[in-house]
Amino acid sequence: MRIKQLLIGITASVIAISSYVEIAIADLKFPMLVYRTGAYAPNGIPNADGFVDYYKMINARDGGIGGEKIFHPECETGYKTQVGVECYEKNKKDAMVFQPMSTGITYQLIPKATADGVTVYSTGYGRTSAANGKVFKWIFNAPVTYWDGASIAVRHILKNNFGNIKGKKIALVYHNSAYGKEPIRTLQTLSKKHGFKLMLLPVDHPGQEQKATWLKIRKARPDNVLMWGWGVMNQVAVKSAASIKFPMDKFIGIWWSGSENDVLPAGQGAHGYKSLTFNAPGDSYQVHKDIKKYVHDKGEASGDGSHFGTVLYNRGLFQAMVQVEAAVVAQKIHGTSKITPAMYRDGMEAVNLSAKRMEELGFKDFAPPFKNTCENHGGSGLAAVQQWDAKAKKWNMITEYMYGDSDVVQKLIAEDSSKYAAEQKIAERCN
Amino acid sequence: MSVELLNFIETVLNGLMSGVMYSLVALGFVLIFKASGVFNFAQGVFALFAALTLVGYQTGQVPFAHLINELFGTNYHNWYASMPNFLAIILTMITMIALAWIIERLVLKHLVNQDPIILFMATIGLAFALEGVGDLMWGSDVKVLDVGIPSGGSVWLEEATIGLAAEGSDYYGMYIDVLNVWATVIAVILVITLALFSQYTKTGRALRAVADDHQAALSVGISLRTIWILVWAISGFIAMVAGIMWGTESGVQFSLSLIALKALPVLILGGFTSIPGAIIGGLLIGVGEKLAEIYIGGYFETGALENWFAYVMALVFLLFRPQGLFGDKIIERV
Repeated sequence: MRIKQLLIGITASVIAISSYVEIAIADLKFPMLVYRTGAYAPNGIPNADGFVDYYKMINARDGGIGGEKIFHPECETGYKTQVGVECYEKNKKDAMVFQPMSTGITYQLIPKATADGVTVYSTGYGRTSAANGKVFKWIFNAPVTYWDGASIAVRHILKNNFGNIKGKKIALVYHNSAYGKEPIRTLQTLSKKHGFKLMLLPVDHPGQEQKATWLKIRKARPDNVLMWGWGVMNQVAVKSAASIKFPMDKFIGIWWSGSENDVLPAGQGAHGYKSLTFNAPGDSYQVHKDIKKYVHDKGEASGDGSHFGTVLYNRGLFQAMVQVEAAVVAQKIHGTSKITPAMYRDGMEAVNLSAKRMEELGFKDFAPPFKNTCENHGGSGLAAVQQWDAKAKKWNMITEYMYGDSDVVQKLIAEDSSKYAAEQKIAERCN
Repeated sequence: MSVELLNFIETVLNGLMSGVMYSLVALGFVLIFKASGVFNFAQGVFALFAALTLVGYQTGQVPFAHLINELFGTNYHNWYASMPNFLAIILTMITMIALAWIIERLVLKHLVNQDPIILFMATIGLAFALEGVGDLMWGSDVKVLDVGIPSGGSVWLEEATIGLAAEGSDYYGMYIDVLNVWATVIAVILVITLALFSQYTKTGRALRAVADDHQAALSVGISLRTIWILVWAISGFIAMVAGIMWGTESGVQFSLSLIALKALPVLILGGFTSIPGAIIGGLLIGVGEKLAEIYIGGYFETGALENWFAYVMALVFLLFRPQGLFGDKIIERV
């Protein structure tokens, strides 16, 4: 009995000491809110693997950021808003940045992180009007927002209709959550501007059953369908669209509805489906070579390494790269490697990922260049359209990166952020 | 015929087909509840686990590969490239029987004579545990399941019905997914087989005896444990069928476990103890939710009635007939 107790004691001590040592030597804390379990795990896992592999590569190749190792504890949210907030509370001490990976969680964290002085980076998701840095000091959503996305999708449709979509019908199939509802306002404004009729079709979580939604689409025969989906909703929607023989090249998903997972279950039926994207697919970039050399070849890959080069894995790489770059910039600005959360925010606001800098980081032609400023936390606002080739089982970029309707989007951002500033009694900065 | 009427018929037909998919899940609940009085919350996870296992066998995936590789520094992922569907289904059935045996040995055996709520709580625990084991065994990726069942809209039906509408009207023919037609055929075969099994075989009669009265069944020498293993194995088989159908539709992924939530209103409507009830309940729910979404969904700003309308139906039903359409009347003697 004594030996057993002794063994338990030793084990507990070893665990406690090793976790203390890990925190002590890792000076830059990048907590990760992940969902590796539950209904949204197929999306959450490749994305989280991208983050982890990039952090591991930076630690192995460069010895961390400016000599400071990255510590990246994971907290499982299951894509649940309440759990995400708990994860934030548990990990916020000394945290450089939070990437909530959920618009619902982001909305909850905006006031909390602002009060706590913690940076929140919602890459291409979250509250769109957070792009206004004058109001949202601690929140960043570069390189592109949902409202940009909605207007880029409409712009693509306009281009395919010789600039005239008056009288056309566009349906929005959306996840009935804060995330899915985000583009509605922009699309309503654009429908008035261009004269198209907008059909709104919400799908409740998780989206396993959408028969009635697609029967409605079959009857209404919209000219185009846009989708703001996530998880199983994407797969069922793509398969349902193929089943009712909706022309797939007129079905466009947002960048979170355009991974391999979303189209593979529909087989050949998914051929021609389009989605927006703000990063390229593939595994031939310098960053992939470095990850392979410093992480995978040493048997250190996150998970089983099978998501390497997939759309969501690459997005994780991109997100992690921006977060690391913000730390690099912060170290330069403040002349110290041991940066504080407040210094990190300064770095994030001064991130300038030019084409040259992207190339230095191993991301040449991976994504369009962008920079944050005091006023603009939303990045370049550029996205491209990619199309699924079911025979080759790969995504092909079919357009250049393009801007949305900045007149409409900027006006809406100004309106929404002013309203928020008034509610929260926030004085505008950057004057 | 008017286009509106044809659209209405199409909605009802699609509702019936969706209802069959719900019934497939509900059947597993009914079987276990009838035989053991246990409301098996893990039935949805059973369907998920069966589908994961089937794809795993089909594609030659090494179970627990991630764990094995992590522990021993190996790099095993696949044993073989592919396995014939028939063999993979047989192996999955054997796995589900083994799972039933393990559940009986590890859980049920230790909870005999406990309150139903304790058994219910145990099945909640079982659901989470099994989901975790499934994740460890087969991983969380979306898996493509193809056992050769055709899917997609029926061209034949579309062409056969296109002429039913008045000439010159804007009508494209009726839509039904072939996968749902197959699900209906399989569900009918399943129910007939279950009925014949329980009516005309010795084991089936023993099963009914246990369902009617545990004590009386024990007194005539029926082994409760054997019957429990059997009934959990049968419901595992039904879960596999449900998993195949749902997995073919959406890919095999962890959200499949949530289909159990769709079976709840079906059971409330049909009754927890009736196999025909599970079928009728499923059909009513399927039709009800599709009609609600299409014909009154537009009046709700938030929309998406398809998901929650079933629960409204179940709630209303509970007020008037708490035992369900075909369930045993609840009589408490004082």
